[in-house]
Amino acid sequence: MTAQPDTTKHERRTPAPPPVTLIGMPKFPKNAKKELANEQLRSNLRHATTTIRNKRARVVQELPHWEDLRLAGEAIKNRTLRHLDSYLLQLEQTLTANGAIVHWAADAAEANQIVIDITRSKGADEVVKVKSMATQEIDLNEALEEAGIAAWETDLAELIVQLGHDRPSHILVPAIHRNRSEVREIFLEEMGRYGTPPPEGLTDDPAMLAGAARVHLRNKFLRAKVAVSGANFAIAETGTLVVVESEGNGRMCLTLPETLISIVGIEKTLPTFADLEVFLQLLPRSSTAERMNPYTSMWSGVREGDGPQEVHVVLLDNGRTNVLADEVGRQALRCIRCSACLNICPVYERVGGHAYGSVYPGPIGAILTPQLRGIGSEVDQSLPYASSLCGACFEVCPVRINIPEVLVHLRNKVVESHGVTAEGLVMKGGSWVMAKGRNLALVQKGSKLAGRVWPGDVIGPIPIPGPAAGWTDARDLPKPPTQTFRDWWTKEHQQPEQTGESAS
Amino acid sequence: MSSKEAMLGRIRSALTDVTPMAPADDVAVEWTYGQRPPGASDDMLGLFVERVEDYKAVVSWVVPDEVPVRIANALADHDVTSAVVPAGAPAAWHEAVAAAGIAVVTDDPVLSHAELDATGGVVTASRVGIAETGTIVLDHAADQGRRALSLVPDVHVCVIGSDQVVSDVPEAVVRLQTSIDERLPLTWISGPSATSDIELSRVEGVHGPRILHVLLVNV
Repeated sequence: MTAQPDTTKHERRTPAPPPVTLIGMPKFPKNAKKELANEQLRSNLRHATTTIRNKRARVVQELPHWEDLRLAGEAIKNRTLRHLDSYLLQLEQTLTANGAIVHWAADAAEANQIVIDITRSKGADEVVKVKSMATQEIDLNEALEEAGIAAWETDLAELIVQLGHDRPSHILVPAIHRNRSEVREIFLEEMGRYGTPPPEGLTDDPAMLAGAARVHLRNKFLRAKVAVSGANFAIAETGTLVVVESEGNGRMCLTLPETLISIVGIEKTLPTFADLEVFLQLLPRSSTAERMNPYTSMWSGVREGDGPQEVHVVLLDNGRTNVLADEVGRQALRCIRCSACLNICPVYERVGGHAYGSVYPGPIGAILTPQLRGIGSEVDQSLPYASSLCGACFEVCPVRINIPEVLVHLRNKVVESHGVTAEGLVMKGGSWVMAKGRNLALVQKGSKLAGRVWPGDVIGPIPIPGPAAGWTDARDLPKPPTQTFRDWWTKEHQQPEQTGESAS
Repeated sequence: MSSKEAMLGRIRSALTDVTPMAPADDVAVEWTYGQRPPGASDDMLGLFVERVEDYKAVVSWVVPDEVPVRIANALADHDVTSAVVPAGAPAAWHEAVAAAGIAVVTDDPVLSHAELDATGGVVTASRVGIAETGTIVLDHAADQGRRALSLVPDVHVCVIGSDQVVSDVPEAVVRLQTSIDERLPLTWISGPSATSDIELSRVEGVHGPRILHVLLVNV
């Protein structure tokens, strides 16, 4: 919770995030081991994910046609993705006709520079931000900070993360790893340094903490000249952007500043306004487990006399076209960032979001991140293995992304990228054993002997050195049995045969 | 090459497996739009009230003649001393609020953010209500005012006719198509502002109005 002062550059405007860059992160098992040791984190996560899982199940049960909605959501997204070039051109045309200025950004650096240039052209040195995964993905805040522009997160959870010098650990509730008393500590320690301090006598009552955020941010909303948002949906037919939120911080940012810049991943496109009837039923119930989220804003470019009079839309690729090129993996682009797969995942619940080394954690992160970033780094190669393939994520996904299918597909790609692997060698050995009954009998003979000489029931951690040790260290190898299945079978089946013979 | 050309080129080469044809022919969407969902409640208005109240908003049934006075009462109940009333709202609303001793603020000339922030309440009409989800949609026509008016003040008194309430999201989207075609902005409101960001337990009252009082007019 202590600041990380950066002495090499100008004085920071906003709280510094932790110094580790996500790209250089160690692989998932190493991260997971570290996070598993944090009991507070596990208890916070268990509490939060259990609550939201139960609530989601309740509101989903209210809709008898839920499966039809999921199928429709899947089909609409597939249709859009398979004709994405046409829909994007249509979106650009309608947005422009509505008075918006459309930019195309191939990567993070280009998108960040567009935001910096627009902000500077307005003479502004700060922006207020609506919670947005796309801007997290491109690390916009740090790019702005380096350009001397302060980016203020206004979503409560993002504010907790920003003030806590922390990183998000969940798509929907980035501060899910913090409990109320930790939030209180962060507010007391940091809020006053960056604006209106928390009220006297701040307790850990969530309502009072939310009240402190209201007071802290009000002045920032009222004075901001430029706002930055993402978008949940972009309607090609009408040039309309949609932001789904709860607190009203989104409405503040989308309404009060004179200039609005929205960073929109190209896969957010939907063909028609009517398509929203499907997604506005799927998304709130899957994400916050509500029948409807408190606020949804829709705007079509510039509305004279109402809201920002300069509206920019940045269409972002940043690896999405790579995902699109993979016929199995492209279904990940259907994702509407609801986070139901995180909340249901037994792996996520135990290790939390930070272990995934990406702004997209959990099952969806395990298939999206390696496709967006490629499988060049250790952490990205390990992500497709961060799952037990239990399939719960697929069952809850509102757009029916078959996450286990993509995980297995990506595991194959990782193995292929390595050529010969330890796993391959083990499998080769296994195939020799299994090739002939005689080979298996030989191996079993050796194993039986070992079982007779070994005292006790377990040998202890499996003594295999090298890369496999991470798995074998944590598992006890049972003592080999003194009788093989084949021996047992022969013995058991000889007896009745002999009896039968003597009776005849 | 511009980024636009590069991105479109990458999309097209990513989609070489897709046979060129009209999108609708390529992927069939098995969904009939604009339908009342199966098992929709017969008591639509009762469900609307129940679902709006579930968000801890206040709902009052009113008869048409009493709308102006009930608006003034609702504001007074929440100790509002000044309220914005949109220019396009019925004159009777302005008069009733003023008659109750509440300062009527108009947005002409356009209120500054600070002036709006100093105003305690706002009164608006609305476009559509959704029973299943307890949602009210504003399209910010003249009787609702620009978006900031129904956002910055802390108390929102919202008037909706019983004939404006539909069963669920699909019927609402059908009714809102006209507003979208006119490029009006839409604000979907389901209860007062809220957050679930601390331990995923819902708390009402963050940046938007902390009090939402809905007057459901029996027409």
